[in-house]
Amino acid sequence: MSMEEMKDLILQYVIKEYLEDEDTEITYDTPLISSGYVDSFSMVSLLVFLENKFKIKIPSSKATPEAFDSVNNIVALVNQYLE
Amino acid sequence: MSNIGSYEQRLTGFDWSIAAKELEYHDGESINIGWYCSDRICRKGSADKIALYYQGFGGADKQYSFNDVRLASNTIGSFLQALGLVNEDRICLFMDRVPELYFSFLGILKIGAIVQPLFSAFGDESLFVRLENAQTRAIITQKKHLAKVRKIKDKLPSLEFIIIIDPIETKDLKAREIAFSFENTSPVENLDIFPTKAESPSVLHYTSGTTGQPKGVKHVHYSLLSQYLTAKWVLDLQENDIYWCTADPGWVTGTSYGIIGPWSLGITQCVLDSGFSAQTWYQFIEKYRVTVWYSAPTAIRSLMKAGSEIIRNFDLSSLRHLASVGEPLNSEAVIWSEKNFGKPFHDTFWQTETGCIMITNYPGMKVKPGSMGKPFPGITGVVLDAKTYEPIHEPGRIGLIAFKPGWPSMMRTYWNNEEKYREKFVNGWYISGDKASIDKEGYFWFIGRDDDVINTGGHLVSPFEVESALLEHPAVGESAVVAKPDEINMEVVKAFIALKPGFLPSSDLELEIMNFIRKKLSSVAMPQEIEFVDQLPKTRSGKIMRRLLHAKEWGEEIGDISTLEND
Repeated sequence: MSMEEMKDLILQYVIKEYLEDEDTEITYDTPLISSGYVDSFSMVSLLVFLENKFKIKIPSSKATPEAFDSVNNIVALVNQYLE
Repeated sequence: MSNIGSYEQRLTGFDWSIAAKELEYHDGESINIGWYCSDRICRKGSADKIALYYQGFGGADKQYSFNDVRLASNTIGSFLQALGLVNEDRICLFMDRVPELYFSFLGILKIGAIVQPLFSAFGDESLFVRLENAQTRAIITQKKHLAKVRKIKDKLPSLEFIIIIDPIETKDLKAREIAFSFENTSPVENLDIFPTKAESPSVLHYTSGTTGQPKGVKHVHYSLLSQYLTAKWVLDLQENDIYWCTADPGWVTGTSYGIIGPWSLGITQCVLDSGFSAQTWYQFIEKYRVTVWYSAPTAIRSLMKAGSEIIRNFDLSSLRHLASVGEPLNSEAVIWSEKNFGKPFHDTFWQTETGCIMITNYPGMKVKPGSMGKPFPGITGVVLDAKTYEPIHEPGRIGLIAFKPGWPSMMRTYWNNEEKYREKFVNGWYISGDKASIDKEGYFWFIGRDDDVINTGGHLVSPFEVESALLEHPAVGESAVVAKPDEINMEVVKAFIALKPGFLPSSDLELEIMNFIRKKLSSVAMPQEIEFVDQLPKTRSGKIMRRLLHAKEWGEEIGDISTLEND
């Protein structure tokens, strides 16, 4: 999967699962946690999605609000654990 | 000098008439929280004083004077009246922390109706059961939350009005939906305030119990006396303070101390409507020169996790007094705040049912890190023997936290559930459902809940509610939901699930079930962990032994398992 495909996959998942207002537009750089689009309790489900989709294990110490705060940040995190 | 002065001296001859006198309220007269929090402050000469500094995500800053708040609450009140809404109608607020929520809260009270604030992160099922229980006539919401309301409105014949407070095209409105814009409506200078009395209902907050559906906690306008005086003496709010209560008004802290307490005192408060990040929070304190900060242990522990280094990037010297609520504040957090902010967080203990702070560490009083503090003057707080329901006098012995009923903000009933309400009182005591011990100096020390309710990040979650929702998932045969220890949130929700025949455990199914609960109930109720099991431990009579699973999670002794069916 290319980097662009990975970004788009995560972005579409966030839009589908977490955004309540269908008119909200977000980009790869839109803050997700600090904006409140994804709250701290929901981060766990996003983590499970990433681990399932990319067949990786992300240590909970690395799953911080900062690391999850945008699609670009998430992709950088996932890349650290991809073989 | 703190407002309370000497705690010991305040105990002597305390009477709630102190608050009545300061509020210029006399028994039998009208008392309306909406009026006290806006009109009265303007009449006392503070019309131009800032009531609210608001910062939305992305730096959308706004500010409103007490006169702005008065006019805006008049305006929405007038609009609601024109719709035919009257006193004691339940009107739900289902919004993020936007200024319109605060104006609407007061406007609803001004017309004598009952405010039903609900957490905007609730899923459609959580919203439905609360609106149905209250037979809510109107809901005020934002476009972003409209889809959840639309999903359930056909099952709610009592819900006559769905009011949307942000721009929406008329053609996009469906049956029962009405658009209302504060900006495009002429401010109403004079509104006839409904002459509510002390016992007139005011706010209906929902709280979760171990069994049954959530309970609507009914409060009355007389609660103002407790909220006013505790905000003054415990939070130590003073004329020139800039106060920040981080709680969402969907929960009781966000109304008792995020609206009523500070505004009845004429205090400037600020609201941050965005997600959590240490950087954003510290920036906010620095920008608005926050002096009094009322937050929660989960947030404090998250700040601790972000480290001390980041604090040095901000000027937080404005901070004068810090307090915390929602769950027990661990001693490490108190010591950490003293080291990093130069002052300790003062723990406060209270509940949706109590309406105001009951046990706390007072300004100027020696803070014992990890302790809950002492009862507020006028509050008789004890721990009771769990078998005899008699007060325990022996220091250090654990019992049930209980209070002698009679303070102004005590709940008046559970909505449509008088039986459950009566169950909260034994031997003339209000039983809180929490356990503690009292040391020889009279400080309370929190032990835990006396039931299975999960306190996650200060939010109470009913295992029953989550288990019921889980059963609606096609793969779930049966489930047991317990608290699991968590470094940040104290506890999180964990579900043990036995699948129906034909379904196999997988991480994809785990994610599907998590998201199912998140959307149906809320992210707070979403299991943070799911463990698939072949069968759940049950008694011989078939009852799931939740306590066994709880003990396993907490590394506790399992205790008597003689009734266990499937060892």
